[in-house]
Amino acid sequence: MGFLELRHVEKSFAEAQVVTDFNLSVARGEFVSFLGPSGCGKTTVLRMVAGFEAPSAGAIVIDGQDVTALRPNRRNIGMVFQAYALFPNLTVAQNVGFGLRVAGQGRAAIAARVAEMLALIGLPDLARRYPYQLSGGQQQRVALARALAARPRVLLLDEPLSALDARIRVSLREEIRRIQKELGITTIFVTHDQEEALSISDRVVVMQQGRAVQTGTPFEIYNRPASRFVAQFVGTLNLIDAAVRDAAGGVVELGGAPVALGRPLPAGAVGLALRPEAVALGRSPEREVVLAGRVAEMHFLGAVIRLRVDVAGQIIALDTFNRPDAPPPEIGASVEISLSARDLLVLED
Amino acid sequence: MKRLLPWAVFVLAALYFLLPLIGMFEFSLRMKRGQYSFEAYRVVLADPRFQQTFLYSVILALLTIVLGALIVVPTAYWVRLRLPKLRPVVEFVTLLPLVIPPIVMVFGYIRMFNTSSLLPLTGSWWGTNVLVLFGYATLALPYMYRAVDTGLRSIDAATLTEAAQILGAGWARILAVVILPNVLVAVLSGAFLTFAIVIGEYVFAALLNLDTFGPYMVWMGGNRAYEPSALAVIAFAITWACMGMIQLVSRFLRH
Ligand SMILES: Nc1ncnc2c1ncn2[C@@H]1O[C@H](COP(=O)(O)OP(=O)(O)O)[C@@H](O)[C@H]1O
Ligand SMILES: [Mg+2]
Repeated sequence: MGFLELRHVEKSFAEAQVVTDFNLSVARGEFVSFLGPSGCGKTTVLRMVAGFEAPSAGAIVIDGQDVTALRPNRRNIGMVFQAYALFPNLTVAQNVGFGLRVAGQGRAAIAARVAEMLALIGLPDLARRYPYQLSGGQQQRVALARALAARPRVLLLDEPLSALDARIRVSLREEIRRIQKELGITTIFVTHDQEEALSISDRVVVMQQGRAVQTGTPFEIYNRPASRFVAQFVGTLNLIDAAVRDAAGGVVELGGAPVALGRPLPAGAVGLALRPEAVALGRSPEREVVLAGRVAEMHFLGAVIRLRVDVAGQIIALDTFNRPDAPPPEIGASVEISLSARDLLVLED
Repeated sequence: MKRLLPWAVFVLAALYFLLPLIGMFEFSLRMKRGQYSFEAYRVVLADPRFQQTFLYSVILALLTIVLGALIVVPTAYWVRLRLPKLRPVVEFVTLLPLVIPPIVMVFGYIRMFNTSSLLPLTGSWWGTNVLVLFGYATLALPYMYRAVDTGLRSIDAATLTEAAQILGAGWARILAVVILPNVLVAVLSGAFLTFAIVIGEYVFAALLNLDTFGPYMVWMGGNRAYEPSALAVIAFAITWACMGMIQLVSRFLRH
C-alpha cells in the first residue's frame, strides 16, 4: 500500500465531468509528476488531495488515514502555488513561520526552524525582507520553505515554475528535487512541461481529459508510450501511417520498401511512432532500414540540427548533432536516412 | 490646436468650480467692515452649538465606518471566495443607495420603525441613533464595497486564503491576519469617503430630528450672513482633507 493513495477519484462541476476514475499510489518519499495539457484536470486532482475540492466519488488516503472528508487545515499538507501566494503584509521569516505559529509553537522554536528552512533554500539573509522586495525565483523558494516548515506529510506543487524565466525555471526545479530528496518528502508536482516532468520525477502520470492515461518512470513514458496521445505529448515524434503488407508476419510498407516489425499487426493500416533521435542522416551500421528522401526543412538549433525529410510524401523529422566539419544539408538536397525497425513503436489507437 | 482644446476645457472647468469657491471664501472674510479678517471663522468655531454638532457628527462618522467595515469586509470577501456568480448582484445592491434618494430611505425607515411598529426604534434616543447609523452605513455602501472589493482583487484573496488554510489556519485567523491587514488601505480609503459623506449629511439627520452638523449648517444659512460661508469653507476643507488622506494613506501603505 502506498503512502498517498487516490482510489477511484472522480470530480464533476455541475454537468462537466473533470476527473474520471483516477487511481494512484505514491510511495513514501516518492516524487510523482502530473503531466498533461492545460485543462486536463491536473490542478483539480491536486486540489482534491489538498482538500480544497471534495471528490464527487472515491477516496483519498494518506498514511493509512482516509482524509477525503477532512478540511484542508487539518490535513497537514504543504502546498506551493503557481503565483507564489506569499502573504504580502508579512516578512519572509513571518511567512515561513506562519504554519508553525498556527500550530502554536514557541517563539524560539519557530525562529530556529525558520532559520533552518531559509538555509535550506539558500536565502539565509532575507529573513526581514517583504515579498515585494524579492525576485520571482526567491519568492517561490520562500513559498517552498513556508510549505515545508511545519514538516507536512505530503508536498503539493501546482506549476510552481511556470511564472519564472526559463533559466531560473531549470535551476529551481533541480533545487526543488534536491530539497525533496534531502527531506525525503512525498511529493506531487503538477506541470504541463514534459521536459520538466521527465527530468525530475521518479514517476510521471500522464493525464488526458481527466484520466490518468499512463503512469510510469520517465524512461518508460518516453520510450514506451501507451497511446498516440502520450507519445505525442511527451516529446516530439514522427507519426507514420503505414500500410500493413503481411499482418501475421508483421510486415509494413515504409517509403515503398517492406519493413519487418517482428510482431503480428492488424490488417489494413497501422500507426507507427518514431523519435527523431532514432533516425540517422545517411547509412549507419546498426540501422537496417534505409530510406531515400529530400530535405524539406532544416532548423539549426545549435548543438542539434533538426531536419524534416520528405520520404515519398511522408515527412520524417530527425535530429543530428552539429559537427563543425560537416555543414548541414541544404533544403531540396537528396539524402538517405536510416532507422531501425526496433525503434518503431506500434500505436494501439 | 489639438493640444490647446483639452487645456481650454480644463481651464473652463476649473474656473467653473473655483470661482464660486473663491467668491464664497472672499465673502467669508468680510465680516469686519472695511478689512479682511477671519472673524466669521472665530465666531463659528467659538459657537458651542458648532462644537456640539460637529463632535456628534464626527462620532457618528467613526461609528459608521466601523459598522460599514464590519458589514462590507466579510461580505465582499465571502462573495469573492464562495459566491463569485453573485458578485454582479451584490454590486448592484450596493449601488442602490446612489439611485434611491435619501429622503425615500428615511421615509421608509420611519414607516418601518415608528413608535407603533414592531421595532419602535424612533421612540428612543438610542434607537434613533442606531437607525441613523444603519442609514449612514447604507449611504456609505457604494464607496465602501467598491474600495474593499478592488482591494481584495488586488491581493488575490482566494489564493491567499488557500495558502493560509493549507498551513492550518482557521477562518478567524485568516480574516484577522491575512485578509484584513491586506485590505486595510482599501478600507481606509472607503472610510475617508464615508467620513466626508456623514459629516455633511442633512436629510437623515433633519427628518430623524438629530442635532448633527448638517442641520446646524442649514440653520446657520437661514439666520446669519457671513458665518454660513465660513462653515461651507470649513466643510469643504474637511472633505478635501479626507480626499488627501485617501491618497496619502494608499501611497504610504502600498509599499
Ligand atoms: N471550480 C470549477 N468550476 C467549474 N469548472 C472547473 C472548476 N475548476 C476547474 N474546472 C474545469 O475543469 C477542467 C480541468 O481544470 P484544471 O484541473 O484546472 O486543469 P489543469 O490544471 O490541468 O489545467 C477545466 O476544463 C476547467 O474549466
Ligand atoms: Mg492547472
